[in-house]
Formats: sequence, C-alpha cells, structure tokens
Amino acid sequence: MKKILLWSGLGLLLLILTIGLIRSQKGQVGVGEVAPDFELISFAGESYQLSEFRGKVVVLNFWASWCESCKPEAEDLEAAYQYYLSRGDVIFVGVDYVDTEPEALMYLEEFGITYPNGPDLRTKISQAYRVGGVPETFIIDQDGFIAHVQIGPFTSLDEILIRIDPLLD
Amino acid sequence: MVTENRKTTHIGLFILLLICLLPISVSAQGSDPTDDEVNAVAKQLYCPVCENIPLDACGTQACEQWRGIIRDKLSEGWTEDQIKDYFVAQYGDRVLAEPPREGFNWIVYLVPLFIFMGGGVLFYLGFQQWKASGQNRNERRPEKKTPKSVKPSDQDIKRVEEELRKRSKG
Repeated sequence: MKKILLWSGLGLLLLILTIGLIRSQKGQVGVGEVAPDFELISFAGESYQLSEFRGKVVVLNFWASWCESCKPEAEDLEAAYQYYLSRGDVIFVGVDYVDTEPEALMYLEEFGITYPNGPDLRTKISQAYRVGGVPETFIIDQDGFIAHVQIGPFTSLDEILIRIDPLLD
Repeated sequence: MVTENRKTTHIGLFILLLICLLPISVSAQGSDPTDDEVNAVAKQLYCPVCENIPLDACGTQACEQWRGIIRDKLSEGWTEDQIKDYFVAQYGDRVLAEPPREGFNWIVYLVPLFIFMGGGVLFYLGFQQWKASGQNRNERRPEKKTPKSVKPSDQDIKRVEEELRKRSKG
C-alpha cells in the first residue's frame, strides 16, 4: 500500500513537471489554430471581444512603449488601418503588453495610432496567445483561425497588406 | 498703547501659527518618496518582462517606468499592499515574489512538502529494510568453527621427510 502511494505520488509529480515543461516549450499559437477569444478594455474604456469580429479579418498587434523594435512598425500599422478603414471588414486591435499607462498613451500619441488599443490586464491575452515578446502580430481570418503570425516588426506597409489582402474577397 | 501691543502680539502669534502649520499641510499633500521607500516596495515585486529579477535590481527602461509608478502611488498615499494589488491587477501574479496561496498556486507550496515527506518515507522504509536484513543475517549466521590443531600422522611425517631428502639430494 505504502509503495503504491509512493509511486503514485512520484508519477503525479513527474506528470506535473512534464506538463509544465511541454507548456514552456510551446511556441506561439500557430497558423491554422483557432485564435483564443479574449476581451480587451481599451484605454478609452470601450470593450472589445474577439468573437464579435467573426466574419472580419482581425489584425492583433502586441506592443509596449518600452519596446524599441515596436516603434518602426507603429506608423505602418496605422497606415494599414487607414487603408482598410472604409471597407469595414478589417479590424485592428493593439494589445499593450506589460506596460505603464502614461507611457503607453504617449506612445500612441507619438505615432498617431487611432485604432483601439488597451492594456493586457494580468497578461491574460498574451498568455493565451503564448506571446514570447513584443512586437508580435497575429492575423486572424473571418472564421477565427490564425492566418499569419508575425514575430518581430513588420518592415513596411506593403508587408502588412500582402498578409491581409489574400484573406479578403 | 497696551491694546496696540496686544494686537501686534496676536498678529505675530497668528503668523507663527501659520508658519508652523505650513510643513504639516505640505506633508499631508504627500512629499516625494525617497529612493529607499520606492525600493522597499520594488524589491517585493518582480519584473514581468525579465525573468527572476526583482524590480529594485532591474535596469531596463520598463522597470524604470514601473518604479516611477511606485513612486507616484506612494506620493499619492497608497500603501504597499495597495501598490502590490495594483501591479497584480495590471501584470498578473507573476510580479509577486511569492505567488498567492490559492488555486493552482498551491502546487508551488505543496510539491516541495510532498517531496520532503516522500524522502522521509523512503528513508524510513530503507532504514527498516536495512535493519530487518541485518537481523536476518545475524539469525542465519552459522556458528563459527574454530580450527582445531591436528597432529600429523606418522605416514605424513614419513612422506615429508622423504620429500625433503629428495630435494636435498637434487
């Protein structure tokens, strides 16, 4: 009896360690996977739910004001947002990853970003997408599947458009 | 004349009272916290971006911003616990040096305890086994036979003498 208990305990411990190890080794949510649903409260206080955007392409960008490599793509993302704005079938959402609000707001002002942005409270969204750092951008298709994962910054507006255009009718 | 002196004294006392109250009202508004006060809170929190680095020892821009937040909150009169709660609400439990004792976090506290207890049980079982096998060995051990001296027979003596003779000839 004692031995059974002992081995069960050891087995459980190994299982927990294995699960932890597998989880830590997993990369970002990959192309073809279902995009995890989330709710984002923007800096303006508005609520956005990913599932409400079904039928539209969603560009989900993770950034932070302290992130130097986020800056080069910031204006291109805003330009892409403006490019698709009149169509209404491409949604841009910015998730501010472990940041401080005053600096984040200054960053948005500096780069003239007008699409919805909000803090990743308790890092729930970045954990769901298994974000390893910033910037990272997930392009989600109309059915809620990940169509493209951009690790690191986009280097030009064209690079963003090339990833979105094929998803549109 | 006396009335005027008294009036002057009253005004003087009133000004003195105002001067005395001035620092109190300034400190009530919240003076700038010192670096030590900021670091006292910062060392209880961990950088959410860089792993395993307390906020007081972290040199990144992000950590500087977070220390700035602590300074602002302290000057607004927030307590340490309120600041910690704010950081948890913003960045999650991982900013805490010790995860809160709730839900899945209990594993962090229970696993070492189980390992320690398991080690104790293993040690106890091993010790019992070793003790039992020692007792069994003692029980099974045959009586020691002390070698007895044996006198050589005449035949043996003859054989040895003959052997020696052969060798001395050779």
